[in-house]
Amino acid sequence: MIAKTVNQRAWFLVLPVLLIVAMNAVIPLMTVVNYSVQDTFSPGVFFYEGTKWYKEVLTSPRFHGALGRQLTFTAIILAIEIPLGVMIALAMPRSGPWVSVCLVLMAIPLLIPWNVVGAMWNIFALPDIGLLGFGLNYIGFDYNYTQQPLAAWFTVVLMDVWHWTSLVVLLAYAGLSSIPDAYYQAARIDGANRWAVFRHIQLPKMKHVLIIALLLRFMDSFMIYTEPFVLTGGGPGSTTTFLSIDLVKAAIGEFNLGLAAAMSILYFLMTLLICWVFYTVMMREEET
Amino acid sequence: MASIAIENLAHSYIENPVRDADYALKSINYEWTDGGAYALLGPSGCGKTTLLNVISGLLTPSQGTIQFNNRNVTSLPPEERNIAQVFQFPVIYDTMTVAENLAFPLANRGLDKTEITTRVSQMLETLDLSTKAGKRANKLTADEKQKISLGRGLVRHDVNAILFDEPLTVIDPLMKWELRTQLKEIHQQLRHTMIYVTHDQTEALTFAEKVVVMHEGSVVQVGTPEELFNEPEHTFVGYFIGSPGMNILPVTVDGSHATIDGFPVSINGFYTPSKDARTELGIRPEHISIKATNGTRSPDYNELPVRVKRVSDIGRQIVIAVTLGNHTINLIVPEGTSVPEKHAFITFDTERISIFANDRRLSVASSS
Repeated sequence: MIAKTVNQRAWFLVLPVLLIVAMNAVIPLMTVVNYSVQDTFSPGVFFYEGTKWYKEVLTSPRFHGALGRQLTFTAIILAIEIPLGVMIALAMPRSGPWVSVCLVLMAIPLLIPWNVVGAMWNIFALPDIGLLGFGLNYIGFDYNYTQQPLAAWFTVVLMDVWHWTSLVVLLAYAGLSSIPDAYYQAARIDGANRWAVFRHIQLPKMKHVLIIALLLRFMDSFMIYTEPFVLTGGGPGSTTTFLSIDLVKAAIGEFNLGLAAAMSILYFLMTLLICWVFYTVMMREEET
Repeated sequence: MASIAIENLAHSYIENPVRDADYALKSINYEWTDGGAYALLGPSGCGKTTLLNVISGLLTPSQGTIQFNNRNVTSLPPEERNIAQVFQFPVIYDTMTVAENLAFPLANRGLDKTEITTRVSQMLETLDLSTKAGKRANKLTADEKQKISLGRGLVRHDVNAILFDEPLTVIDPLMKWELRTQLKEIHQQLRHTMIYVTHDQTEALTFAEKVVVMHEGSVVQVGTPEELFNEPEHTFVGYFIGSPGMNILPVTVDGSHATIDGFPVSINGFYTPSKDARTELGIRPEHISIKATNGTRSPDYNELPVRVKRVSDIGRQIVIAVTLGNHTINLIVPEGTSVPEKHAFITFDTERISIFANDRRLSVASSS
């Protein structure tokens, strides 16, 4: 038998990755944890407060409001973007010169910087000069997203659908392209109608990419900040103040570091938890 | 069940075909009789899958007609032709159970529930899948999945024909044999018209009552396995059927005398090929005998002096490759035969020689 040589130099080899993880994840996160259990009035002066900030966040109507708006927003855009994306992908040509035209058209919204998207829609939807805003008023709608909560929501949702449905389309299209022709031929021979083909061939084959799409769109929309911030700034009032916007208001606007830190931790845990649940449920479904 | 007749059928994947080579299928006429088991045999790219897809209706041919039971179906889509097709890779509906898969084509055609249940359970019985009826179809092995694809066709009693497009490609060798035997049994039991596309001669010859050999978009011969083996109509058939295939050697023929590279070979019968035809002699490796020589004796009449090039033992037989001038000739001898080391004489079985003119088999006392 050969005795195993103990070589401590191996530690050096994992050091770079430890450093990177420490610098970009562990240390910043721990700093936030640190803030969330303390209070401060001037630089360098901290008081330990225990779970005070957490209790305050969890019981505050302001946080409940932001969370409620956030969940509503995410639910609405998922309910629109996933089916719409699948429908567009189904309608796209499978071969020929139009494929690349469609793909480029689909990719354009994804290539625009997020705050440019916000700025674009801000101007586009202005009731006096924007094409959308002016147009809606011209044909008889009373539309002003800077003053009406419903109009603001409509604009924010429309903007997100415009911006992100493409991602679902591209993923679903990739899933569809991977289905061999034989499946469609077999379905024709079996006398399946359009719906049966979708239900029993296309949907099951797209399932994997749709799970990814759902997960990505959930996470992104749950953390949305830039576009609504540029478009409405969270208003009118706080009607479009989602979690991120509220967090930034607390941290930078009000300089309430303890409260903001506790919010951050809770926000992070929620995202993590929901993603984990999503993932587990879907993987379990996969196995049966 | 139906007879299938194709008339003057040709297909090109190019919009405006001009040259012969533009056609994947070149003017084919044939009739498949009701209840027969046929194989379409040929190398990759010979047009056999194209022909199959024309029959199933997945492709509309550029010209010609196709009839099922004397009814013209040329322009009908697959669902109206009432055929079944098994593809190269198993096509199953992942989300359904085995039983649901089999019920799917019936449900699509609006049959009532009790009828579907009886037929599905019968089919599960036939396919030996009864124990797996409630299992999700995507959990099955490749050969079981292929059986489901087949079952979705068989479950429709009125199906006109069942088409197979190289269905055993992804099946393990052991299961191939099993599945082929089962397929044959099912055919004998139900007598559906079956057309089986393959490039594997063993599959074709074991499955089919009649084999249709295709080459470069044309049907070169239709026959029983014996006919293809003994009387190939085309040099391609001789070469393609058998392992190794028929030896094809350039020859000059005059009456019942043939000469290969100056060596005389006697042939049975009297052939009068036209002067400018390219004549070739075909002889199966199984029909050549070999004798050792020390290289000093000159050959007797009908003996050809050769050098042994390569010897491969393939189990119960030995394949010997020999050279005559710059031609290579393969021959098969039973195991245990003493194999000459260097110089040898070979003799062709006169009865078994085929003569071809411009690749077509010459019949005795005829001119090409």
